[in-house]
Amino acid sequence: MTIMNRLFLFLMGLLPLLLAASALATSRPTIYTVNYPLAYFAERIGGDLVEVVFPAPADVDPAFWKPDGAIIEAYQKADLILLNGADYAKWTHKVSLPLLRAVNTSRSFRTDYLSIDTEVTHSHGPGGDHSHTGTAFTTWLDLSLAARQAEEIFKALARKLPDHEAEIERNFQALEADLLNLDKQLRSLTISQPDLPLFGSHPIYQYFARGYNLNIRMVMWEPDEDPGEQQWRELQTMIEEHQARWMLWEGPPRPESIDRLKEMGINSLVFSPCFNRPEQGNFLTVMQHNIDNLAIAFEQAD
Amino acid sequence: MDSLYLAWCYLSYYKLRSIVLVACITIIGALPLALEILVAESERQLALRAESSPLLIGAKGSALDLVMNSLYFSDEVPEPITMAAVDQVLESGLAGPIPLMVSYRARTFPVVGTTLDYFDFRQLEIARGEMFSLIGQCVLGAEVARRLALEPGDSITTAPEAMFDIAGVYPLKMKIVGILAEADSADDRAVFVDIRTAWIISGLGHGHTDVTRTTDESVILKREGNNVAANAKLMQYQEITDDNIDSFHLHGDPGDFPLTAVLTVPFDTKSSTILQGRYLDQGIPYQVVRPAEVIDSLLATIFKIRNVLDGVVVVVGSATILALILVFSLSLRLREKELQTIYMLGSSRATVARLLGAEIIIIISVSVGFCTLLALLVNHFDQELVRRLFI
Repeated sequence: MTIMNRLFLFLMGLLPLLLAASALATSRPTIYTVNYPLAYFAERIGGDLVEVVFPAPADVDPAFWKPDGAIIEAYQKADLILLNGADYAKWTHKVSLPLLRAVNTSRSFRTDYLSIDTEVTHSHGPGGDHSHTGTAFTTWLDLSLAARQAEEIFKALARKLPDHEAEIERNFQALEADLLNLDKQLRSLTISQPDLPLFGSHPIYQYFARGYNLNIRMVMWEPDEDPGEQQWRELQTMIEEHQARWMLWEGPPRPESIDRLKEMGINSLVFSPCFNRPEQGNFLTVMQHNIDNLAIAFEQAD
Repeated sequence: MDSLYLAWCYLSYYKLRSIVLVACITIIGALPLALEILVAESERQLALRAESSPLLIGAKGSALDLVMNSLYFSDEVPEPITMAAVDQVLESGLAGPIPLMVSYRARTFPVVGTTLDYFDFRQLEIARGEMFSLIGQCVLGAEVARRLALEPGDSITTAPEAMFDIAGVYPLKMKIVGILAEADSADDRAVFVDIRTAWIISGLGHGHTDVTRTTDESVILKREGNNVAANAKLMQYQEITDDNIDSFHLHGDPGDFPLTAVLTVPFDTKSSTILQGRYLDQGIPYQVVRPAEVIDSLLATIFKIRNVLDGVVVVVGSATILALILVFSLSLRLREKELQTIYMLGSSRATVARLLGAEIIIIISVSVGFCTLLALLVNHFDQELVRRLFI
């Protein structure tokens, strides 16, 4: 038997295995999510059993992003669509998505949604003008709620892949433990000074404040923009009744803003909502970094 | 052969009388045949659709109206229920709910508001264009597209609900983005939209210029803090476009938005039984029905009516046969001189009998031919006839 013949027979023998592997690869359910935290949870819970897609560009806030027709079609064809609920990603209210393949991950606590009273429209990034009126949506910043959202994802995946329920459950339990560990760290950090006044640079810390009994007043500033003189004056007025010494930023603020705040006696720290895929690390490392940053504020206040 | 030839000549000479006789026999023969074919086809169509629809949840009231509206998109609109019914089914974890809102019409065809799950469930395919993806878009059933000569890219406007209600709900101009493949069901004769579009058609949602930014003070009724109330002068958009889609919004609690029914697909038999049991409580404002059972009882009624009709046909048929015998016997009396002449020419009585028999055979044969032709025609167009006449 020539070498060529042996090679041919070997490849023929491999063919069924290759076909089986290909079938397995193509049969992985596709999961589309509306923000990065949900994508991270799905990746952790589903592992290699699922293909998770979070199609928003890296430079946009997914809450105000509008996908184009091709991406909407991809969402429609997905095996599972993970929604955040709480009025997050308003584009989902204008498009047709399959009800039976969409999961509102915050469904279990929908009666506890928080509302935003004030309406101020502002513009930043490719999304253009937007306002933060209506329902507060950054639910995952209360990490106990994030764990409940992960649980909804676990249930949906277990229904989708009943043959792998045990593996999915193990993955979920590991993720839940990680999230609750962070939650515990935050609770033990904040319990010492529940009334410590803080400023939030953007109205995204509602669930975070409620979950950890924080006293946060929020303004409508962007980290990469000068808020303008009127906003500075309003902050000055706010300080008189809310004597906060720290401002939480969703991203690294401009050095000018840091300096000017410093002059007003306010320090800056980054507490990222991590709504989009981070350049380094993952959701857990970003949250750990947030906690470390917040710890400085609480330690200095002691 | 000579008898047949002479009989044919006789019948051809008395055309009117021959035609009337053939028509009478044809009608009396074809009527029960056509009725049988159409009833059988309507039973088949009704049962097929009903059996493929496991459960329907709707307002308490006529189960037949609920089934006919939800499955065959009939004009009888049942009392509305709310999206809370969908949430209840979702919460139960026993079944998949598909909301249905079948209350409005566009160019006489029913507008069916639902979710994409409906198309998966009914295995409806897009033949041309694409599935709707945004509010304000629609896809047409194959027959709607054919009869209205519409294609993707065209528009269709909903029928106004109240012609003289100038403050009422305006018609919505919808963009056609796709045409469904032929399904041989009620889906061919419907206009499908997203459930949110159906709510916009109903007036629960609308789009207009931003009243917080408008410079036209004449549209402002009052301002209270951050709230701005507009008056009726504020123009609402009657078409959803890329430019104004962001301004469209729904008013109220989504759980209170109306539906005409929830098509419910239990995960298994046990789930179906448990779910049905939960709706037996008198305090629940909904009813759950099994369309197959409702249609079975309808078919039982149709069966009774068909028996009555069969009886009527037998009586009328008997009367017609008696009338035909009378016509023949009278015609023999009228033809007395003619028959006398045949005897005088040397023909036997048997020849005369053969002549008369040949006439009867020709008339009955032609009638049977027409009967068969009519039955074949009805059989060929039975699906279409049933859809137009019965469902």
